[in-house]
Amino acid sequence: MDQVELSRVVPTVELAAVHKSYGNTEALSGIDMRIDPGEVVAILGPNGAGKTTAVSLMLGLRGTTSGDVRLFGLPPNDRRARARRGAMLQESGVPAMLTVRELVDLFRSYYPAPLATDVALDLAGLGDRGRVRVSNLSGGQRQRLYFALAVCGDPDALFLDEPTVAMDVASRRAFVSTISGFAARGKTIVLTTHNMEEADELAQRVIVIDRGRVVADDTPARIKARVPGKRVTFSSEHPLAPDDMAVPDMRGLRIDGSQVRFFSNHPEEVLAALFARGVRLFDLEVVGADLAEAFLSLTSEGRVLQ
Amino acid sequence: MLALPRRGSRVAGGVGGDQVAPLLPMLIAQARAQALAFWRVPSMSASALLMPLMLFAFFVLPHARDPYQGSVSLGAYMLAAIGAYAVGSVMIFNFGVTLALDRGQKVDLLMRAAPLPASVFVLARAISALVYGLIALVLLFAMAWLAGGIALGATTWLALGTRLLVGSLPFIALGFVIAYLAGPTAAPAIANMVFLGMAFASGMLVPLDQMPDVLRMVAPFLPTYHYAQFAWDAIGATQQGAVTSGLWLLGFSLALFALAMYAYRREAMRRFA
Repeated sequence: MDQVELSRVVPTVELAAVHKSYGNTEALSGIDMRIDPGEVVAILGPNGAGKTTAVSLMLGLRGTTSGDVRLFGLPPNDRRARARRGAMLQESGVPAMLTVRELVDLFRSYYPAPLATDVALDLAGLGDRGRVRVSNLSGGQRQRLYFALAVCGDPDALFLDEPTVAMDVASRRAFVSTISGFAARGKTIVLTTHNMEEADELAQRVIVIDRGRVVADDTPARIKARVPGKRVTFSSEHPLAPDDMAVPDMRGLRIDGSQVRFFSNHPEEVLAALFARGVRLFDLEVVGADLAEAFLSLTSEGRVLQ
Repeated sequence: MLALPRRGSRVAGGVGGDQVAPLLPMLIAQARAQALAFWRVPSMSASALLMPLMLFAFFVLPHARDPYQGSVSLGAYMLAAIGAYAVGSVMIFNFGVTLALDRGQKVDLLMRAAPLPASVFVLARAISALVYGLIALVLLFAMAWLAGGIALGATTWLALGTRLLVGSLPFIALGFVIAYLAGPTAAPAIANMVFLGMAFASGMLVPLDQMPDVLRMVAPFLPTYHYAQFAWDAIGATQQGAVTSGLWLLGFSLALFALAMYAYRREAMRRFA
């Protein structure tokens, strides 16, 4: 896509200087974000970072305190915008007395050009569950039903708020490939998660939010490259103060009684410096940090103690 | 743009390519789903449809042919009253209590996230409630005619049925109010107490002259009173003209809908602002 064409594309989602407060609590403190058609974006952050609030604003389920939100260039509550999006929320319920197929059929009637019911059920991995009452579904199947309801309208953009929360590893993996299946249809997907593997597997772009602000916006690979690669944990003989640990190239330090944890790209040098100071430690463990830990060291915990 | 773009050809962001689903099929699908879900909760559907039949069988059938007033039999008089009780409670339960339960399970959040206009969500419930009201009346009329020997003539049957359905509007509004003012656990109990209390206090089920003086003073200010009067007028047991009853019912509807909108907006401010 050349520059001229790019500038003419209406972003799927656009947030400009968005603030959102609930009473005296500020959930979002000035967020700018642009998500273009076809992008698969993961919004990452710890609990309470403002991820769900950001998605609620994109869907028009909440209004901003100040700033502007656009969905397909329209106010998010505009019927035309609503007809082009599907959503899977964390805390919504479903009518329990209908069958899976009945409910998917109902949701198809909300959209101008829905998928065939069987296609939607297959996409969600519920092909053989159509006749089951919603009340009889297992937790994982219920998540799949929410997914089926979100995609059955063949929306241009899909919003998934913590889609795999409370899933076990196996069903999480299967579900991630389900989402990939929909992404392969060229759709825009915005998902929130605190599971880094998920972001890594699904998204081309990761936006890290912490305390209502965007702290990083990059590819998963670059996010990884920006952060320390090793995680070091040990126990100390005597409780340590942060001053005892003031050595270069250390991030995300956390001292919890005698337990110490930090991240570093050069753990050998850090440990050498600690030994030189006479710090006695045991139960030492040095492992490769995954993206989850990496981003944590970028956000709150990393900043608390520098 | 001359032709609507075909599926899949919508240009991202191109407002000209935007489409929305037609409202009528959406409304029908929503009403159908609502009716089906209600049907599958026998504690609600069975009591909505069978309770009036039981009341009629136990209390009215034995005396159905007794005269009440002029040419109106006691059976016909009580048929109109129990019909009002049946349709009114269907409105409060099918419309109101299910709405309260949906709200409690956050089904309303799911609907808000989907491209379903709130007006369709609400109207579909009203349609489902009216359908159940109609079924309840058909069953009750059939029992009155076949077992009670009550013959009203086609126009009168039709007039009574229409009055009972049209006059039930305030009770949809009352269900709406209960749905948004009462919590989901309290809603069924509150709905029962409010409606049953009003049905008795207004002379709908028990004649007012057997009631304490206080109730006789209060009764004309209850929607159930005017609802019953509206129905009795249709079978010739007139105590108050249909226009007066109709205006009262309209007034109650407007006041209760205003209150419902207030409660609805209050909640929207809390959960969706």
